[in-house]
Amino acid sequence: MLQDLAAVDTHALAATAARYVGLLPLIPLAGFLVNGALSLIPAYTMGPGDPSAAGHDHDGAAAARAHAVDHAEQSGATGDDHHAVARHPYAAVASVVGPLVLVLSFALAVAIWLAMASAGEMRTPYVQRFFDWMVTGDLKIAWAFQVDQLSMIMVLVITGVGMLIHIFSIGYMGDDPGYPRFFAYLNLFVAFMLVLVLGASYPVVFVGWEGVGLCSYLLIGFWFSDKANAYAGKKAFIVNRIGDVGFLLGMFLLFANVGTLDFTGVAASASSLGYDSALVTTICLFFFLGCVGKSAQLPLYVWLPDAMAGPTPVSALIHAATMVTAGVYLIARSGFLFAMSPTACITVAVVGTLTALFAATIGLKQWDIKKVLAYSTISQLGYMFMGVGAGAYAAGMFHLVTHAFFKALLFLGSGSVIFAMHRAYHHTGSHEDAQDMRNMGGLRKYMPITFVLMWIATLSIAGVPPFSGFFSKDGILGAVFARAQHGALADATWLGMPGSAVLYVLYVLGLVTAFLTAIYMTRLMLYTFHGPNRTGEAEQAHLAEAPWSMTGPLVVLGVLSAAGGWLDLPAALPLGPVGVLEKWLDPVVGAATAAVAGSAGEAVTSTEYFLIGAAVVIAILGIVVAVARLKPALLVPKRDALPSHGFEHVLEEKYYVDEIYDDAIVRPLVSGSRNVLWTGIDRGIIDSLLVNGSAVLARGFGWIGSQLQSGETGAYAWAIAIGALAVLGAFTFR
Amino acid sequence: MISEALFFSAVLFTIGVVGVLTRRNAIIIFMCVELMLNAVNLSFIALSRLHGSANGQVFVLFVMTIAAAEAAVGLAIIISIFRHHKSVDLRNINLLKG
Amino acid sequence: MHDFLAQINYDVWVLPALLLIPLAGTLLLLLTGAFSGDDGSLEAAPGARWIALVAFVLEFVVSMGLWWSYDPAGARWQATFDHWWIVPWNARLSMGIDGISLMMVLLTTVIMPLTVLGSWTSIRTKVRSYYALMLVLTTGMLGVFVARDMLFFYVMWEIMLVPMYFIIGIWGGERRIYASIKFFIYTTAGSLLMLVGILYLWNVSASPALGLGQTFDYDRLLGIAHTHKAALWLFGAFFLAFAVKVPMFPFHTWLPDAHTEAPTAGSVILAAIMLKMGTYGFLRFAIPLFPSAAMTPWVRSTILTLAVIGIIYGALVAMVQPDFKKLVAYSSVSHLGFVMLGIFALTVQSVQGAMIVMISHGISTGALFLLIGMLYERRHTRLIEAYGGIASVVPLFATLLVIVSFSSIGLPSTNGFVGEFLVLIGSFRTHPYFVLFATTGVIFAAAYLLWAIQRILFHALDKPENEHITDLNARELTMMAVLVAGIFWIGLYPQPILRRMETSSARFVQLVESGQASMRTAERGTR
Repeated sequence: MLQDLAAVDTHALAATAARYVGLLPLIPLAGFLVNGALSLIPAYTMGPGDPSAAGHDHDGAAAARAHAVDHAEQSGATGDDHHAVARHPYAAVASVVGPLVLVLSFALAVAIWLAMASAGEMRTPYVQRFFDWMVTGDLKIAWAFQVDQLSMIMVLVITGVGMLIHIFSIGYMGDDPGYPRFFAYLNLFVAFMLVLVLGASYPVVFVGWEGVGLCSYLLIGFWFSDKANAYAGKKAFIVNRIGDVGFLLGMFLLFANVGTLDFTGVAASASSLGYDSALVTTICLFFFLGCVGKSAQLPLYVWLPDAMAGPTPVSALIHAATMVTAGVYLIARSGFLFAMSPTACITVAVVGTLTALFAATIGLKQWDIKKVLAYSTISQLGYMFMGVGAGAYAAGMFHLVTHAFFKALLFLGSGSVIFAMHRAYHHTGSHEDAQDMRNMGGLRKYMPITFVLMWIATLSIAGVPPFSGFFSKDGILGAVFARAQHGALADATWLGMPGSAVLYVLYVLGLVTAFLTAIYMTRLMLYTFHGPNRTGEAEQAHLAEAPWSMTGPLVVLGVLSAAGGWLDLPAALPLGPVGVLEKWLDPVVGAATAAVAGSAGEAVTSTEYFLIGAAVVIAILGIVVAVARLKPALLVPKRDALPSHGFEHVLEEKYYVDEIYDDAIVRPLVSGSRNVLWTGIDRGIIDSLLVNGSAVLARGFGWIGSQLQSGETGAYAWAIAIGALAVLGAFTFR
Repeated sequence: MISEALFFSAVLFTIGVVGVLTRRNAIIIFMCVELMLNAVNLSFIALSRLHGSANGQVFVLFVMTIAAAEAAVGLAIIISIFRHHKSVDLRNINLLKG
Repeated sequence: MHDFLAQINYDVWVLPALLLIPLAGTLLLLLTGAFSGDDGSLEAAPGARWIALVAFVLEFVVSMGLWWSYDPAGARWQATFDHWWIVPWNARLSMGIDGISLMMVLLTTVIMPLTVLGSWTSIRTKVRSYYALMLVLTTGMLGVFVARDMLFFYVMWEIMLVPMYFIIGIWGGERRIYASIKFFIYTTAGSLLMLVGILYLWNVSASPALGLGQTFDYDRLLGIAHTHKAALWLFGAFFLAFAVKVPMFPFHTWLPDAHTEAPTAGSVILAAIMLKMGTYGFLRFAIPLFPSAAMTPWVRSTILTLAVIGIIYGALVAMVQPDFKKLVAYSSVSHLGFVMLGIFALTVQSVQGAMIVMISHGISTGALFLLIGMLYERRHTRLIEAYGGIASVVPLFATLLVIVSFSSIGLPSTNGFVGEFLVLIGSFRTHPYFVLFATTGVIFAAAYLLWAIQRILFHALDKPENEHITDLNARELTMMAVLVAGIFWIGLYPQPILRRMETSSARFVQLVESGQASMRTAERGTR
């Protein structure tokens, strides 16, 4: 402990803003407390007030009441005031406190980042220890934060993007009766997310890891009067918990074999686990199980699409930009472990790629605009795992950052669209689905800013240069290709197959996914913004751009999505300083990357140009195919739509995975617990047979005894006499 | 002498036992119990004389005292039973059964 | 603080005082009852609860000194007290605390005032008797935790049963008679064999070499070496008594009935304190007295298996309960499974974790029962399906239920996590495969509680009778505030507690290991 303190005192960051790193999560936590206290003051009416909730079925009395009141107010409603009835009395306070804490956090994060930048290259992390958490025997876990290049990237993304989304929420959620509660949860989420990325040991990361799960649970079920939302929240938490078991077991194995859980400690003694040993592979796979849960990979991805039940800013912040990327962060953070196990690395890459492909196919046939984006998120997360699995930690993190930009933009843009759709339907009192793309179309005319920004994001995610997604996706695909050619992974075998062949297959599948990505994103844009409008005659008059408090953050994200690629330009395209992010991250992940990539140098430039060319062609081809094949003009509104058939229907129904899980796991578990364990074993065997059975047995013996007790004095007298004779006889004739 | 006394005591005791076992009237049973007690008393006195010790006679005095007390309590119980049931037939009185 | 405590000779009188204060309160209640002549209803005797509250708060204040006076680096037994009792048998009123007892005593004295507040308005008949029984119960429970004499321990152990029997049987729910008799017979059946075991120990405890006769003194009994066969039988006798109390699968079926039928305070005491008697018994008596038997491979793996079954089975059965109180009762089976796992895994971390689970289960489950009680007082049903959507009617209640549920689920930064984490990480070193299964318990824990609170708090508010439930009042908020503070304190900074228990836990582990080792060498010698 003393050594730690000494090291901290002499660290280059010791006297800078970094010493206030503890405040980073505390500021949003304070916001949570204020907003949480406000939220306990009840609003006038409770019930779902969000635009995107109106598309769902409201079967509850409260919801119905809210709607009834809405309609009653409607005649007197003026302008944008579409939920006048439900506004929280202290909404104004929450509007200030909620985003303000994020602004403060972001400012502090920038200050720390500037301090790091000016401190020159920093090879060791700055670890600040606050106080002991669990110290007993040889287990020593402290509350400690670790500031290094990797955690700062995450902190900047979380506070930066988080700040924009908080500002967006002021407009989006303004009329919801649970407005302060929303900001309370959102602030709490940011606090936990910062703990997750700043934690200096696995257990502290785990605090954030489960804490963000809690916030995700609360926010998905934010409009809890709707049964489906509450179920989705619960599902998210439980599925995440399955992954968390992996995280826990990984920690247990690590502690049992290394004796510490601090990142610095584990990194120092990781080599004692043995290169490519079964032990290190098991540890890595346990941690990866945690990532699979949190980052919605196969087979635990099922919670993320349902999580779209939450308000759209939540989808943007938690279920696209930050929380779901925690798995990628954890693997990058544990690079020193994964680099020791090629088997685990390839597993990560394989699962990531398969998820990317699988989710992209489902995304092709979804009608709910948020569902498309949800599957797209799963697919992009798959890309990130492909990257970190291939040992390209910088590339994976790069895609994480650019994805945070363009996916947040896509979600907030779709939020804008839903907001407009809902407002339009609200004015006419219609109960059409505000999130179904079949009810949209031609919105370009009504929402030009959102339209342009959404196209930037779409081109970015599709991988069209020079938008950010192109560079990050290319970085990942290039890394996979390079690893397939030479290095530790190429030489390894995975399930009996040569690693090199596996990685080539993954590369091809990555390209296929890129193609599909371009198609489904173009489809989303075509159906939403192009073609004729299908919203309805009366509604068209009310379709309009959202207020500037909402469009402003979109513009910022648009700039970032367009220019984010300059963060890490490949050497082959020297449009500016090359590989900034890679150099920045080098002290943290450089050694692990080198261990996986092997000693061989850069890929041959001609190959690199070929790879870039292939990616660009595929992306543009996807867009072209989509434009050529899809005819928005032929679409009909949702209510008139015919059911789909064949494979198309299977895709629309998401391969029936939810149904399979439900029938194969959930239902048997519940009915088995109820019928076998509870009524069968607990009440039947243990309680009825053994416990009450022995009571019945005792009572039976008692009954037999009581029958001797006839109450007839004469009988007793005979019994005494015979007994006395018997005793006498026994003494006499023995 | 002693054998006659003991024989008489035994006969008396047997009569008492048979009475207790066969009769149903509480008063008669009560009398039979007294008979048994006095049979025992007789043995005590006879044996006391045989052994030349006063212990047996002391016991007899105890028994007679207790018998007197018992007669008082017992008859009181029987009378209250009679008041309640208008009968002292023990076949009708079997409240204390399991 | 230390100087003040030394000045008032705190260590000398604290333990007998803790046992006597509740008895004094009982006496006061009975005297006021004898001279008042009313029927003892709440309206007639509103002062009774005040007497009880004052007694329990006094008890709490007196006990708090132990927190500072206990020195983890000091003697094994502290605040000792010793007085003759039954002289011919050499039974003595011998008391003392170590780190483990300390935490259990403090848990008891913290929970008890809260249970009075929890009964404040819900107990309306025979209030004097009710609070008198609660006070006697406290003496019994504290006696168990501080006893250093086996006979004294046994008497206190049985004394606890009587008040609880009456509390369930008189103030309980509809099936209270069945539940109270089941509770009594179940636990007595277990503990009678223990009495036989204690008498056997007394019988063999004479030490002619030292010129000492038979004794019930714990420390001297600890030193006796038994043959392996005798140790197994003795351990079996103690095991039954404690396993029923824990309760371990499959000895748990008294618990759901007792919990469900008991009044709120009864459930809280049962869950928070009385279940801990069983695990405390293992830690203090069953294992250290007979280490060779307890650590026999087949015994150990059987108990560990039962513990892991309990964790998963309790959670799964809890999941399908229609009655929220029963759900919490089965969740106790699951939580106590973690404690047993930790104790029998026998590492410092796992034992420390087991202690933390014992404390935090007391806090979280106690809080859950109090919350159910509050709801029951308002709506007179414990069925989950009778509710739905009440989060919008009672936001404070909903907030607290969510916090407490997540603490029970074991969310990091709450108490539940610290205990389970330490148990699992410690147990993993000696029994990784058991931990592999036990860890899945955290999934099911989330499943049953989240499903339940979802059906109570969330969904549409579609039952008109739920629309006018009133939110918590100041009294209810006060008691919840204490427990919620405990939840986060243990979750974020358990170090003060861990530090105080560390020596005792380590000594337990070391004692058992050395007992095991000496037994092994003895066996080798005889061969």
